Amino acid sequence: MMTIKPYLLSTVIFFPLFGSLILLFINKEKKNLLKYSAIIISLITFLLSLFLFFEYRENQLGFQFITKFDWIKGLNISYHIGIDGISLLLILLTTFITPIALLSSWENITHNLKEYLFFFLVLETGMIGVFASLDLFLFYIFWEAMLIPMYFIIGIWGGENRIYAAVKFFLYTMFGSLLMLVAIIALGVSAMDQLGYFTTDYLLLKKVALNLPHSTQLIMFIAFTVSFAIKVPLFPFHTWLPDAHVEAPTAGSVILAGVLLKMGTYGLLRFSLTLFPQISIELAPTMSIIAIIGIIYGALVAMVQPDMKKLIAYSSVSHLGFVVLGIFAFTLESQQGALIQMINHGLSTGALFLLVGMIYDKRHTRMISEFGGLARVVPIYATILLIVSLSSIGLPGLNGFIGEFLILLGTFKSSVLNSYWYTVFAATGVIFAAVYLLWMYQRVIFGKLENPHNKDLKDLNKREIGLLVPIIVLIVWIGIYPSTFLSKSELSIKEILKEVVSSKIELISK
Amino acid sequence: MDKLGNILHSLNFFYPEIALTLTFFILLLVDLFFRKSKHLLPVLSLIGYVITGYFSFTTPNASGFLFSTGMANVGLYITDSFAFYFKLIILLSLIYTVLFSILSKEINESTENRGEYYALLASFGLGMFLLTSSTDLITIYLAFEMVSLSSYILAGFTRKVPRSAEASLKYIIFGAVASGVMIYGISILYGLTGTTNIYLINFYLANQNYNTLTLVIAGLMIIGGFGFKISMAPFHFWTPDVYEGAPITITAVLSVASKAAGFAILIRFLKVAFVDYAATNLQASLWAILPGFQWNDILAVLSVLTMTLGNLAALWQNNLKRMLAYSSIAHAGYMLSGFVILDNQGILAILIYFAIYLFMNLGAFFIVMLISDKLGSEDIDDYTGLGYKAPFLTVSLTIFLVSLTGIPPTAGFIAKLYLFAALVNTGWLWLALVGVVNSVISLYYYMRVVKNMFLRESISTYEQKIELGHVLISFSLLIPTLVFGVYFKPLIELAEKSIRIFGF
Repeated sequence: MMTIKPYLLSTVIFFPLFGSLILLFINKEKKNLLKYSAIIISLITFLLSLFLFFEYRENQLGFQFITKFDWIKGLNISYHIGIDGISLLLILLTTFITPIALLSSWENITHNLKEYLFFFLVLETGMIGVFASLDLFLFYIFWEAMLIPMYFIIGIWGGENRIYAAVKFFLYTMFGSLLMLVAIIALGVSAMDQLGYFTTDYLLLKKVALNLPHSTQLIMFIAFTVSFAIKVPLFPFHTWLPDAHVEAPTAGSVILAGVLLKMGTYGLLRFSLTLFPQISIELAPTMSIIAIIGIIYGALVAMVQPDMKKLIAYSSVSHLGFVVLGIFAFTLESQQGALIQMINHGLSTGALFLLVGMIYDKRHTRMISEFGGLARVVPIYATILLIVSLSSIGLPGLNGFIGEFLILLGTFKSSVLNSYWYTVFAATGVIFAAVYLLWMYQRVIFGKLENPHNKDLKDLNKREIGLLVPIIVLIVWIGIYPSTFLSKSELSIKEILKEVVSSKIELISK
Repeated sequence: MDKLGNILHSLNFFYPEIALTLTFFILLLVDLFFRKSKHLLPVLSLIGYVITGYFSFTTPNASGFLFSTGMANVGLYITDSFAFYFKLIILLSLIYTVLFSILSKEINESTENRGEYYALLASFGLGMFLLTSSTDLITIYLAFEMVSLSSYILAGFTRKVPRSAEASLKYIIFGAVASGVMIYGISILYGLTGTTNIYLINFYLANQNYNTLTLVIAGLMIIGGFGFKISMAPFHFWTPDVYEGAPITITAVLSVASKAAGFAILIRFLKVAFVDYAATNLQASLWAILPGFQWNDILAVLSVLTMTLGNLAALWQNNLKRMLAYSSIAHAGYMLSGFVILDNQGILAILIYFAIYLFMNLGAFFIVMLISDKLGSEDIDDYTGLGYKAPFLTVSLTIFLVSLTGIPPTAGFIAKLYLFAALVNTGWLWLALVGVVNSVISLYYYMRVVKNMFLRESISTYEQKIELGHVLISFSLLIPTLVFGVYFKPLIELAEKSIRIFGF
């Protein structure tokens, strides 16, 4: 084990890419072979990432599994990767969700299967790479490298309006990332003033950024944060999300909700906060207010959606508002809650998208009004949908409760925000969530079975149940015993908080 | 006798140009006697270019001016690493153009003039070689005209096609005006300083009094002439028409090589003539420019205009060739922004950009050529669904377009990265931001092609068999486009060696 350890992280990152290249050599007519290969590759990646999980030392400070070698000597850009507790959990989420998403498209992707699987595996490498990069240049490359596969996944295999959605997604994200690129370059250049050489190494830039004039920090913070906010998506940058979600194929939505959006919140936590701690504290109230607007706005819009997929898409806006609020409340509880809520959202919303996709495959509609009384025809489906909806609402005993409770508790205690009104307003989001999800559940599952098309609906088959069960196990696991995961990230969150708070003390003493 | 000795000495450093000249003559002669042979001319051209390339590498840089006019220390011509770099780019694009021409339906169908075509291509190349190394306004003008005249004819080469003839005529009219304006500027500058050598102009401007307004007018006129070659706004109007009308092989070479030569001479002229030698602030590596003519501010505005106009116009194009023409205007704008920062970093960024631009732009034109030869159309709407009928070509085109947009991990990203880094580093943040916004605009129209190829269902009955030649040439362009996106150290090192302009 010791010999593999230095390369383990790189292996996890690049194994899917390697696998995707293998797929290219398989005849495109051999569909089953293609599917099984893709699943096996993603499962092996998951197993490899489990090694990361077990080998990770949770009581050790700093980054682990660090690999570093020079890439571009002249600019001091290096291939520098490593993970802390936060990245660890998100990488695990990625490798866990990807095989499930692939399995969910077992039957409904019929054309250009090879390309589809290829893009999916390339996407996985990009996602894991984002969470593991410790060099901003490398980070940016992974960040952008994911755009193209996602563009094609939405654009080729999506719904009717897929082209519009794909282009919108691409333009929004590209705009944000180019802003970030300028900020990265600007940071590297300021390193030149302070250290005497250009660099994009995260650990070095952290110190460089601290010494910059306040106004420069502010501009850079905004550039980074806007880029992440578009990805999250934070109100008012959210308008690409409903389109992308609705038009993407089920597996695409699952990955989008499950992992891609987390890259935005991860970016906030990892880069915006630690690179510009003073600004983050100063702007914490503003960011929290924007987050709360997102929570309430997303929930209200979700309530009136006639389309199940769109409803869930807007609920994402609301749920991710909680995450951002937790990040900017700057307490251990709130940030731990934000992290666990990222995972929760990936699981619950991912599962909701899967469930909607399954009913869509059978009925070719997602309109709530087309359904009603499904409990009698598809009891297993009804049961699983109930569990997942309740988890998304935040019922105690399931995962959503842990995340939301920690965030609200942390926000209430927060000395940075220093007002209980944030908690009060945010808490309404929980109530709204109960309203829109349960109302949807009631309209779809209960009542009389009136629509004749629904009479012969088949219940979930073994494959469908099989891919939902692991998610449900985790939903319950986190709900009952979250420490398995929280303990991994506790020290890392504490470290972030320590950095931010120490800068605040500096600020006051100045 | 002394003069003759000087000329003979100079010829020792002139081998590449001599080789090109011989290539030109041989092609003309061979065409007279062997009209039937189809592959003889292109093969001879290739051999000529390879020999030129060999001499370019083996001939050392002269330690002084070539072809001295008798006065101490100045001459008409120099060979420095800066010129060498651009000559490499020009030569590479010439070689690719010949390779494209062998495969092009357009060129092969017009059998009667093929001799002139390859010969003119060589003279076009010779003109560009001369332009990159000239240090005297007279040689600059002569080389400039040599490039222009060859390209006028080449643009109208398929003259029986109306749009090609139209393109050629437009090109001549615009070109004539541009070179008229330029020579007028040159004569004013000569009147001001009494010399046509750019090093001496610098010397006089630094040490004598002159009328600032006159100098500005002269400078603007000369820049206008060069701006015409690099299709800089507002001298870009000819570009879309000519690029659309000319045979696509010529469009490709015009968009890369002739632009490279234009940039080389623009940079050389401004940097040599208008930089204050004595006051150059070595520590900050910034150049001090002579008072009177603040060309960097002018170029900043022109650069923003060029990239924005190019990109905005490209948005509305339905013809792919025309869209690539506008996009090449935009790329000229990006590159110009590297020059306004008055620093070697900016020049370095331009050099890197050009090398990468060579591969990605030629690549895009090559694929468009292959597809339109079979499809009979360059209309973007006719590309609908091609992704499933010609996967190899469309995937390659996608990679080139992604690179032109500047998305990692392609080389285009590295080009933009170095450019924006240089801008941010020297305090031109706003210019970098304009570049960023422009990149997002360009994303839209590049992706429109990709969208049509892959995201829409096919309507046409298009079919294409891929030949080995297509694949080999595509790969020779694809590999640099992808490899330089991840491993670009050798390219940077080469460019770093080449930023030195003679005398600075």
